[in-house]
Amino acid sequence: MDNKEQYLRDLRTYVYGFLLAVVLTVAAFWAALGSGWAPGTVLSVVGFLGLIQLSVHLRYFLHIDRSRQQREDLDLILFTSLVVLIIVLGTIWVLGNLHERMHMHM
Amino acid sequence: MHAVEVNQHPGLNLTQHSDVHVPKNATVIFGFWIFLMSDMVFFGLMFAIYITMIGATADGPGPKELFDFTSLALQTGALLLSSLTAGMALLVLKYNQRQRTMVLWLLATLILGLTFLTLEVRDFIAMFAMDAGPWRSGYLSAFFGLVPLHGLHVTMGCLWLVVLLIQLSIFGMVPKLKTRFMRFALFWHFLDLIWIGIFSIVYFGAWTYG
Amino acid sequence: MTYQDIFGRLTLDALPFTAFIRAPSVNEAVASTAASIVVVGALTVLFLLTRYRLWGPLWRDWLTSTDHKKIGIMYIVFSLVMMTRGVIEGVVMRTQQAFGLDGGFLQPDHFAQLFSTHGTIMIFFVAMPFVAGFINYVMPLQIGARDVAFPVMNQISLGLTVASGVMLMVSLVVGKFSTGGWSAYPPYTGAAFNPGVGPDYWIWAIVVSGLGTTLSGINFATTIYKMRAPGMTFFRMPLFTWTVVCSSILMVFALPPLSVAALLLGLDRYLDFHFFTNDLGGNMMNYANLFWLFGHPEVYLLVLPAYGMFSEVFATYSAKRLYGYTSLVIATMSIAVLSFTVWLHHFFTMGQSALINAAFGIATMLIAIPTGVKVYDWMATMYRGRIRISVPMIYGIGFLVLFVIGGLTGVILANPTIDYQVHNSLFLVAHFHNVLIPGVLFGLLAGYNYWFPKAFGFRLNERLGRRSAFLWIAGFSLTFFPLYFVGLMGMPRRSFSYTDPAFVPYMIVAVLGAFCIFSALITILVQLKVSIKERDQNRVPIGDPWDARTLEWSIPAPPPEYNFALLPQVRERDEFAMAKIEGRAYAAEGDYEDIEVPKNTPIGFVLCVLSGVWMFALVWWIWWLAALATALIILAVILWTFDIDNEHVIPAADVRKAHEAWLEQIRLTKPVDRDHEADPSNQGLAKTELEG
Repeated sequence: MDNKEQYLRDLRTYVYGFLLAVVLTVAAFWAALGSGWAPGTVLSVVGFLGLIQLSVHLRYFLHIDRSRQQREDLDLILFTSLVVLIIVLGTIWVLGNLHERMHMHM
Repeated sequence: MHAVEVNQHPGLNLTQHSDVHVPKNATVIFGFWIFLMSDMVFFGLMFAIYITMIGATADGPGPKELFDFTSLALQTGALLLSSLTAGMALLVLKYNQRQRTMVLWLLATLILGLTFLTLEVRDFIAMFAMDAGPWRSGYLSAFFGLVPLHGLHVTMGCLWLVVLLIQLSIFGMVPKLKTRFMRFALFWHFLDLIWIGIFSIVYFGAWTYG
Repeated sequence: MTYQDIFGRLTLDALPFTAFIRAPSVNEAVASTAASIVVVGALTVLFLLTRYRLWGPLWRDWLTSTDHKKIGIMYIVFSLVMMTRGVIEGVVMRTQQAFGLDGGFLQPDHFAQLFSTHGTIMIFFVAMPFVAGFINYVMPLQIGARDVAFPVMNQISLGLTVASGVMLMVSLVVGKFSTGGWSAYPPYTGAAFNPGVGPDYWIWAIVVSGLGTTLSGINFATTIYKMRAPGMTFFRMPLFTWTVVCSSILMVFALPPLSVAALLLGLDRYLDFHFFTNDLGGNMMNYANLFWLFGHPEVYLLVLPAYGMFSEVFATYSAKRLYGYTSLVIATMSIAVLSFTVWLHHFFTMGQSALINAAFGIATMLIAIPTGVKVYDWMATMYRGRIRISVPMIYGIGFLVLFVIGGLTGVILANPTIDYQVHNSLFLVAHFHNVLIPGVLFGLLAGYNYWFPKAFGFRLNERLGRRSAFLWIAGFSLTFFPLYFVGLMGMPRRSFSYTDPAFVPYMIVAVLGAFCIFSALITILVQLKVSIKERDQNRVPIGDPWDARTLEWSIPAPPPEYNFALLPQVRERDEFAMAKIEGRAYAAEGDYEDIEVPKNTPIGFVLCVLSGVWMFALVWWIWWLAALATALIILAVILWTFDIDNEHVIPAADVRKAHEAWLEQIRLTKPVDRDHEADPSNQGLAKTELEG
């Protein structure tokens, strides 16, 4: 029955998503606490893993993808990301510069 | 009976298995997405402030001294698992399976949420005992501005879930309640999304860098 | 239990009358008079409502209504009340500065309260609700919708906005308002320097009204995205609706920084946090950054809908299709996005590197480009049109001339090196009043004269409208152009007194202008009164008095509760104009259907009262009351969600009956041409002069 098939497909989506998220989380914990890498490397690796995990959650739990969505929904999410990016990076740029000029550690 | 699946909105769609009036349903959920996006900007700002204040420890305890990573791992696990249980509950809803199964999944979600909150509050109490509260420094203010804000959202989520379960027992699964459960699930997944940012930036980022 | 347990820090000393009795002075007399006006005004309203037995109708038809049109009207009434206070404060400040050489009649502290409340009120409780009111009323009608997406949430937004506005009125009577300006910069507004209640009034009013505005933004955006009439594609939407899209995006994304800034300041003040304090690692620059992350988009949030209104006005009163529709849409969207990239120009002098200043300076200047495109489009719309110089057009032409001057001074200020010279001077004050009054306020007043007949079914008095428009234009010019000069001469903003006699002549011209503005406001109120009195000669029941172009004019005035008896099928941009040209307007055929409309609910009013109590309790540290109000707010929201059967149905037969009666009335009405637009013969049926 179609219904059953679709159910299994949806179920798989959640389970795969969960497993991926667990793997990524564990990897991030290990990179930060167990790897012993240089701080710069750890930061980039944890940041990268975090970004992947964000997309995993969006894809498998929140069911966002490129192909099937109506345009305006994706537009909304992309536009928000743009705004958040401008705000966060702008703030760090401006305040970071101020800290530097005040010889303060940020 | 199988038709092409048309997504009306981001998030799990009930589509042809649903008796919810679709356009109305899509409107409500789209509105809720806009709310989540607004909330995301709110969190984004708190993250930005946290990053600018990592160094502002005022000779008080900093990220190196404060974090309990065992507790962090447990909290992360509880929240991640609760995302799965919330998703399972929604699948039951989508395929019109037994309501009791759905309620069980939701109760599991609630218990995991409360577990998360208990662990978090225990961490805060331990920090307070070390004189590491928001009163101590700009850095700790930023920490306590961001992490409990997420905790407050989880608390609201738990309260919402309890109210929804009570409404389910009174009204049964009426269409209006279905979209409420869908919005709840979106909210819950969204909080897990924020949590990724929290353990990556607030804990690991500051711990590595600070 | 002690006194503090019950009343917090609230004592009789909080009343201005107490201070006046103890130590009478002009300063205290002004404060006490202002407080008395609030108290007497409130009592008069209560008395009149009781005297004319209006409580029932007020409750049934307005306070519990979820109709977007009524909510829109309530927003605008609220905003006019607040505007009266804001304008009076402006006049008092101008008077103080006119006599301000070595003194004046006000104490510095009182003057500081005046400019703080004036700014806060004019931005948050005049401009914002005025804009929100128009969006509420007009936007759903323009897109052919029967309501907004979330009617009850709409009512709640209104409730939260009004409650915060009332807090500002209360601060006039109980305690003192903040002296920290509308931007409330810490550490000055922090607990160490300002332990009083003033900044707390500001914080909670901003937080609660900010929440209301964010919810409004969500509501408007969802409505436009999901509830347009069949065939209404994005590029068929009227330009006002396009500007609402951008404005609601800004409400959703730009209000959070303000809420964050105010809440964190609140945490600093109430719970001993150190976000913005001088000591223990606090950083007040974070506040400036947050505040202007909101502050700059806010300007566009207000001015974009005004641009939209002018677009409608110019097209209608020139009887021409809007010139360069696509370029106007692109310009609007570009402004909305660019507005997120320029916030730093509000604090060029904070000390960041020249590179950062240059980057933000250039971004700021870029905004002038889409704005310039708009100005040319509007002028091209009028070119060779069938222009009628009606009241909205007078505002429009005044806007074009004055706003360009304001915009150009903005480009001057966008240059960081010049900004270092005029920063914090009256030049800046002149600049932002020059964009906000001719830009936002003229737009809103043009819209008020333009859409009033749609909302109430009769036209406003044309002669008084003109007089008011000319007074606004003259008053604005007299008040604010001198400020450019004294600004360049070096007079700092917000000074209650000064020592350079060279400023005096300019200040005297400015105060004359301020009285001119005050009489412009009075003229508007008189216009309203006269128009209500002679409403029977000016009725326009058919609903299209100006031979207009967009869907809101295709329905009766005032519109029925469900707006459209038959949902319009949109085939073109400016659908109603094309329908008139092609002779298919006012068609009778179609399937009438049962229409679901939301039932009345008291939740918005309940939340308005509870959030008011909550704010008051927090301001005065009455903790038990704050806790109680919090619990009640949560409880009220939860109980409201249990009411799941909240719609009632208007039967198709009733809809058909009302619609057919209106169509019959159209058959009996004589259409009027554009020369008789302002005559009593104009009953809202246009003999169209539009061409395809």
